[in-house]
Amino acid sequence: MVLDSGDTAFILVATAMVMLMIPGVGLFYGGLVRKKDVVSMIGLSFLAMALVSVQWVLVGYSLSFGTDIAGFIGGLDFLGLRGVGMDAGDMTIPGLLFMAFQLMFAGITLAIITSAVAERVRIGSFIVFGILWTTLVYDPLAHWAWGGGWASQLGALDFAGGTVVHISSGFGALALALVIGKRIGFGDHDMEPHNIPMTMLGAALLWFGWFGFNAGSALAADGLAANAFVVTNTSAAAGALAWLFASWVKGKPSALGMVSGGIAGLVAITPAAGFVDVMSALVIGAVAGLLCYKALLFRVGKGLDESLDAWAVHGMGGLWGAIATGIFAIEAVGGYSGLLQGNVDQFVAQVIGAGAAVVYAFVVTYALAKIVDATMGLRVTEDEEYVGLDISQHGEKAYA
Amino acid sequence: MMKVEAIIRPERLDQVKKALEEKGFVGMTVCEVTGRGEQKGIKLQFRGRTMDVDLLPKIRIELIVKDEEVDSLIETISTAARTGRPGDGRIFVIPVARSVRVRTGEEVA
Repeated sequence: MVLDSGDTAFILVATAMVMLMIPGVGLFYGGLVRKKDVVSMIGLSFLAMALVSVQWVLVGYSLSFGTDIAGFIGGLDFLGLRGVGMDAGDMTIPGLLFMAFQLMFAGITLAIITSAVAERVRIGSFIVFGILWTTLVYDPLAHWAWGGGWASQLGALDFAGGTVVHISSGFGALALALVIGKRIGFGDHDMEPHNIPMTMLGAALLWFGWFGFNAGSALAADGLAANAFVVTNTSAAAGALAWLFASWVKGKPSALGMVSGGIAGLVAITPAAGFVDVMSALVIGAVAGLLCYKALLFRVGKGLDESLDAWAVHGMGGLWGAIATGIFAIEAVGGYSGLLQGNVDQFVAQVIGAGAAVVYAFVVTYALAKIVDATMGLRVTEDEEYVGLDISQHGEKAYA
Repeated sequence: MMKVEAIIRPERLDQVKKALEEKGFVGMTVCEVTGRGEQKGIKLQFRGRTMDVDLLPKIRIELIVKDEEVDSLIETISTAARTGRPGDGRIFVIPVARSVRVRTGEEVA
């Protein structure tokens, strides 16, 4: 195909927008932790971005998008980005650009999972875990859905990464939290967010960047991208309002809940953005807001310290989104139809694809976490945790 | 009339407040402080070197009570704030000359 400058310009911008979501996640999480850990928390997102940026150009892109091996993983054809160039190949954008766009997706996935280890992970162990996780969990899942692997062969749809990014990091966070254990004092005393405005800023950057994430996944500056843009905003808004009202019914309308609901809506629409219309987006977002809120309450009720709720919002939101794609897909939008149009097969494919991702992400993350914990120890010492990771891991203070 | 000033761990504040409320000690002033005791903070071991974390965040609670309530107050705070580890804090008792309610201007005994 011929390189299209409109498409290329748009995807260049979209790639940069998705990049901004990575420190956006960092700020979102940073405001939720205590003051003594905020530098480390935001730092983990930057670290995720840096680690994946290197791993991806060396081997990650190839494992995800290389020639298919048994439907499971890609080959090493693109090792070191060999053969990935400035020409468009069979797309309308340069190969390097497609690689870069995908890189940001891989980066944000690792950043999301840091939720599970907030305020207690050893930075060296996170580096080792992170490199292994992106290689052994993210890359296969990306290959299954987008690189020609078994899920795409089955017909499972994932427009922008509900399964690849959100189910993987959400259920991965669940496994990681179970291995690393709860923070000292969790359950005994309150661990309130130290800076809600910071979290809201993070949410704002995420909402903004998500337009690049979803609309950019059309890989073209066209009507489908516009559809993705619109349903993304609509789902976010519906999710925000749903969580706001749900928290209002329970007590006071929570501003933090409202932005979390917005994120839930964004997560849920991610796999569906190129397949559903705006009316469905209202439903998808609203259900996501309520479902993820319930999931959070459930998690808290169980006394599980999956500290910043990546499982409740990204895991469960992504799972709902993947299934919703199978319900609400409309042929007129993306060429695929779901349950609403009488197609059961698509729904089944969605369930299988999502289910397999849940199991794979959980099991492999659990195993990786156990191995890293046994060899290096995932957690800092009690004293290090007490004084806070900013001082103990970085020798830095957030606020002078 | 005495001022009882307690330096405690920040994470014990909720427990202490609850315990005080149960005993009928309602009025208080709370502020965030930093400090250290005889241990000179916390020593972290790191790659063979020690790092001193010198001044740690604490909470100071102040209550003004009648002389005869002081012992009960000290007991209540201590029990609620104690973890048994170094860094639990200190309680000081300081005499108060007068106490005046701003809203009405009356002296409080």
